[in-house]
Amino acid sequence: MNVTAELVAFAIFATLLLASAIGVIYARSPMYAAMSLVAAFVFQAGLYVLLSAHLLAFMQILVYAGAVMVLFLFVIMLLSLGDASLGEERQKGMQVLGALGAIGLVALVAGAAREVLALEPSTVAADFGTVKAVGRVLFTQYLLPFEATSILLLVAIVGAVVVAKEKI
Amino acid sequence: MVPLSAYLLLAAILFGIGLIGVIIKRNALIVMMCVELMLNAANLTFLAFARQQGSVGGHATAFFIIAVAAAEAAVGLAIVIAIYRTRDTVNMDEIRELREDA
Repeated sequence: MNVTAELVAFAIFATLLLASAIGVIYARSPMYAAMSLVAAFVFQAGLYVLLSAHLLAFMQILVYAGAVMVLFLFVIMLLSLGDASLGEERQKGMQVLGALGAIGLVALVAGAAREVLALEPSTVAADFGTVKAVGRVLFTQYLLPFEATSILLLVAIVGAVVVAKEKI
Repeated sequence: MVPLSAYLLLAAILFGIGLIGVIIKRNALIVMMCVELMLNAANLTFLAFARQQGSVGGHATAFFIIAVAAAEAAVGLAIVIAIYRTRDTVNMDEIRELREDA
């Protein structure tokens, strides 16, 4: 019973995720694309919950759908691009080439995914993916990358200000 | 339990959609959104394998990917603003100073 419920939830989230992801590249206006992307992030957070990645699901909503997309929306509104500045889409040949490359990639991964079909999922502890479990790993095994991330974010903040500001 | 291969396939399709967007879209903002889609596909793969292996190491990696993506968005959007200020466009085809045959 539980298994079917999970499958149904996966099917719903996966379909909506793919639909909103296609919406991102189908929309001509950057604003519609950004809104589709927010929807895609939310549905992906649902998939994270299905994978017992509770902390990452929260972070997906907070950091991606919240902070990063607000940044995108600010820039879209700041630039307030007209239809003329949207530019022509690439030529048909390039589109076909891009689609072929993407389909080839998907086929490649699908072939590889068949190999892992036989793998049985391991049973996980009750606190798998919670703040406690992930936090313990982050502050012991991954302490150095974690601290390096703080430096990276500091550099990114300073870099963004330096690049975007007219006069310093 | 949804099979691991379903998640992998979904992530591959998501990555493919992002790749198509990067190749055919000319608006720098939408191209950056498609890059975010591709990063998310990578995240989904990490979390699917973490669940399958029963290890939270994949969660830590996905955490770092989110942090790096946030930094990338901040710097990338700053560059877009700087380019728009100097040349009034965000069309990637019109920004080609670094090309040799331009």
